[in-house]
Amino acid sequence: MALLRITSPHAHGPMSTQRVMQNVLLATIPGIIVLTHFFGFGTLVNLVWGAIVAIACESLALALRGRPLGFYLKDCSALVTSTLLCVALPPYAPWWLIAVGVASSLLLAKHLYGGLGYNPFNPAMVGYVILLISFPVQMTAWAPPRGVGELPGLLEALQACFLPSAYDGVTMATPLDVLKQNNSLLIEDLWTNSPLFGRWAGIGWEWVNIAFLAGGAWLLYQRIFTWHAPVAMLVSLSLMAAIFYDGGSSASGGSPLFHLLSGATMFGAFFIITDPVSSAVSVRGRLVFGALIGVLVYIIRVRGNYPDAVAFAVLIANFAAPFIDHYTQPRTYGHKKVRDES
Amino acid sequence: MRKIFDFHGGIHPPENKDQSVQAPIRPAGIPPELIIPLSQHIGAPAETIVAVGDRVLAGQMIAEADGFVSVAKHAPSSGIVVAIEDRKIAHPSGFTAPCVVIATDGKDEWIPLHAIDDYTTLEPAELLQRIRTAGIAGMGGAGFPSAVKLSVKPETDIETLIINGTECEPYITADDILMRERADQIIDGVKVLRHLINPGETLIGVEDNKPQGLAALRAAAQGTGIDVVEFPTKYPSGGEKQLIEILTGKQVPSGGLPSQVGVVCQNLGSAVAIHDAVVHGRPLVSRITTVTGDAVSRPGNYEVLIGTPMSYLLELAGYDATRNQRLIMGGPMMGFTVPDPAVPVVKTTNCILAPTEQELPTPPPAQACIRCGMCAEACPVSLLPQQLFWFAQGKEFEKLEEHNLFDCIECGACSYACPSNIPLVQYYRASKAEILQLRKDHEKSEQSRVRFEARQERLDREDAEKEAKRAARKKAAEERARQAASADGDEAAEDPIQAAIERAKAKKAAQQTGSASEASPLEKLEQAVASTRKRLDTALSKLNEAKDTGSDLVDALQTGVDKTRAKLDKAEQALREHQASQPAIDEPAAAEDTTDPAKLAIEKAMAARAAEAQLSPAEKSRMQREKLEQRLAKARDRLATGRAAGEEDKILEALEATVIRLEEKITAAGEELSQEQS
Repeated sequence: MALLRITSPHAHGPMSTQRVMQNVLLATIPGIIVLTHFFGFGTLVNLVWGAIVAIACESLALALRGRPLGFYLKDCSALVTSTLLCVALPPYAPWWLIAVGVASSLLLAKHLYGGLGYNPFNPAMVGYVILLISFPVQMTAWAPPRGVGELPGLLEALQACFLPSAYDGVTMATPLDVLKQNNSLLIEDLWTNSPLFGRWAGIGWEWVNIAFLAGGAWLLYQRIFTWHAPVAMLVSLSLMAAIFYDGGSSASGGSPLFHLLSGATMFGAFFIITDPVSSAVSVRGRLVFGALIGVLVYIIRVRGNYPDAVAFAVLIANFAAPFIDHYTQPRTYGHKKVRDES
Repeated sequence: MRKIFDFHGGIHPPENKDQSVQAPIRPAGIPPELIIPLSQHIGAPAETIVAVGDRVLAGQMIAEADGFVSVAKHAPSSGIVVAIEDRKIAHPSGFTAPCVVIATDGKDEWIPLHAIDDYTTLEPAELLQRIRTAGIAGMGGAGFPSAVKLSVKPETDIETLIINGTECEPYITADDILMRERADQIIDGVKVLRHLINPGETLIGVEDNKPQGLAALRAAAQGTGIDVVEFPTKYPSGGEKQLIEILTGKQVPSGGLPSQVGVVCQNLGSAVAIHDAVVHGRPLVSRITTVTGDAVSRPGNYEVLIGTPMSYLLELAGYDATRNQRLIMGGPMMGFTVPDPAVPVVKTTNCILAPTEQELPTPPPAQACIRCGMCAEACPVSLLPQQLFWFAQGKEFEKLEEHNLFDCIECGACSYACPSNIPLVQYYRASKAEILQLRKDHEKSEQSRVRFEARQERLDREDAEKEAKRAARKKAAEERARQAASADGDEAAEDPIQAAIERAKAKKAAQQTGSASEASPLEKLEQAVASTRKRLDTALSKLNEAKDTGSDLVDALQTGVDKTRAKLDKAEQALREHQASQPAIDEPAAAEDTTDPAKLAIEKAMAARAAEAQLSPAEKSRMQREKLEQRLAKARDRLATGRAAGEEDKILEALEATVIRLEEKITAAGEELSQEQS
């Protein structure tokens, strides 16, 4: 028998792309549980329907591109994209909204650019932004959290998704909306007046954020990504909030804690900006990338027209990633400077 | 405690070292045949100094170092040189290379060795010579000639001598077992090196996964001032640059040598070999090699003669070929697969790894790079492997160099860490080779450009010189023509006979050249046909011969014959055409001849003129000179008769002037003639 001729190294580590993706999926579970607890079955229906559409879109794109389905489907990347998008969508969203979002993510943002690894923008965020711009009404219709309003049951959730015309759900502004609209009350009064604001940042939301923080911490522990981008984002967001807190006046942008535990902050920090494909590559680059997103999130939240800002901030930073890479190349062993003049 | 530094990145692959340290070092014995490749090191291959049929003794030099960066080879045991030929060797390329093959006689007779009692009395140059003669190359893996590495310029201040006992590659335990069993020899070797280098401090660096080796080494180093330094296990801390950073915190400049930061590094095994060479005069003919992997039933460390076929060693270790798909020389991270188990063990063979498929599975197909950065985290030289991969795929060579591709040590940590199973190191190797090739090509084209430009310049200069000469000659000729024209005015009138003679002569010449030029095209064509036919005959006979013997060349010869045949057809056709066209012109001309005498006369005159034009310049000038001489003779006659007749002074003066002018012209013509002939 002829001996195999292959080049070194002959040993391979235990990590696989499939495992990376599966770990990310697992890490979203605490967040999904808390979301379901506070907002009902809507999120779960989103996720299941989104996953079905995702597999269909991925298979279609792979078939059109003449790629083996099994090999590429098993990397689970399509499921990760649809999961991240569906977590971000409002619960009780109609089926077509989810389908359009998932299809945009996978077909436009991913496969049109060459598939996994070649997309310059975060696919889930591209899908989200397309939906937000095209269907702002549906996209800003968040259900009231448990304790504030009635939660629909599973059947109602299915009805909301697949028979949207027959469903008449209650929606409410999110704490971020309320804070943005506020121009007369001190932060303190806002908290006492509105039933929406919980202990720190809003009923439900604060726990959702803490749950995603826990999932992210587990991913860090699993060494799926490094701490640089998330920490940089959270620090810069906190700093911005601290600088513009304005002592809690009616013009205040909200406290650092409010921003950390509101909206998609933790979800974005650990599940969106850590997408390696569309982020900066080096350690320093990821620090810059994360910090840039933190600053942008604050600016867009407080000054922009949309209630939450993670998606826009991430896409803008995606644009900047190659530029950041160029200036943050690490110093190689034996070189005095990053770029030796040669 | 000494301060230990850390280097960037690194990985922790399963060590798999226990299997091979259970048993002590076992001698592998003398195989029936030893195959000694002439190149087992970095540098020029050695040159053989024995012939086929020679009997050689163990330790006898069989090939000497060819140049400074080269290593001598010695017979590892006594026997007969049975061949000096190309054999398969352990090289990633799988190529064959020249080897000396010795059929051993089992007697293991040694040449007398020149031991010395006290090496400390020897000059460094002498010590180096002993190391060089013993044929020692770095035994850690790269095989750099030790004598070269130790030849530190006297003005360089070496602060630290580092002995590399790291052995960070999984599976390999050759250095570990050496430490456990022969710590005293190691320390003796280090002392020799210390004497040679005279460093400020001497360190032996060992990873903390070899506690027994460390303990033995520490015991042996007691009171010698040699510091045995233990540091955390991490691959690839045994890389020279990484080890230097771990122990000293210094980084060797990119493209530079350790001595630039005051460090000299040597492998532990090399230290022992150097001691043997310096003290006992014993050349390097054996080494410790780990044989391991699940496809061998008796893994362990063997003391092996250089040149022992791997298959011999594998058999000793209980090799099961059915369970093994790739045979690796070296470790699982940087080792390379060998084409054939018959390849010999060389001076750099620290390990033979025969893994089963479960142990080191065949890599699955690569998936897309998701730029996760796990490679960058693992890279010990702080490169961005994911970016390098991107650029390598796109063949962006400038970007690759900008991202310091050439600082990559090919340790394989990135490929190991890559979740998408991308063979990153392979991309870097290929890109490095391509860039080096491009550089070479560029250098070559640059050279030919310079050469072409120099040639062009020379040709231009020569042309200019020629042009200048030609212009000068033209000017001179015009001058002469002008003078001749003024002289001819009266001469033509006074010399009608001469002109007539010349016309006749010209006619004759014209006839000759005319007939010559008429014959040549026809002859040429005939000749061409004849020679082509001859060539065809030869080709045909060769073809038939080849067909008879069944040679592989039949096809090639057949095309040759076809081509020649086509050429012959062409030549024959050209000949026919020529023959057909020739008479067609001649006949009407002949008819006209008889009918039109006037036309005939015109044609004759034209022929005469053409003939004159066809004359070579040399002939022309010769003729002109003759003409001038005749005129000179005539002018002298006239002068003489004039003088005799007592003609007027004015007339005589004119005649004298004519004579002088003609004489001058003749000399000028003579010069021109000689110039043209030259």
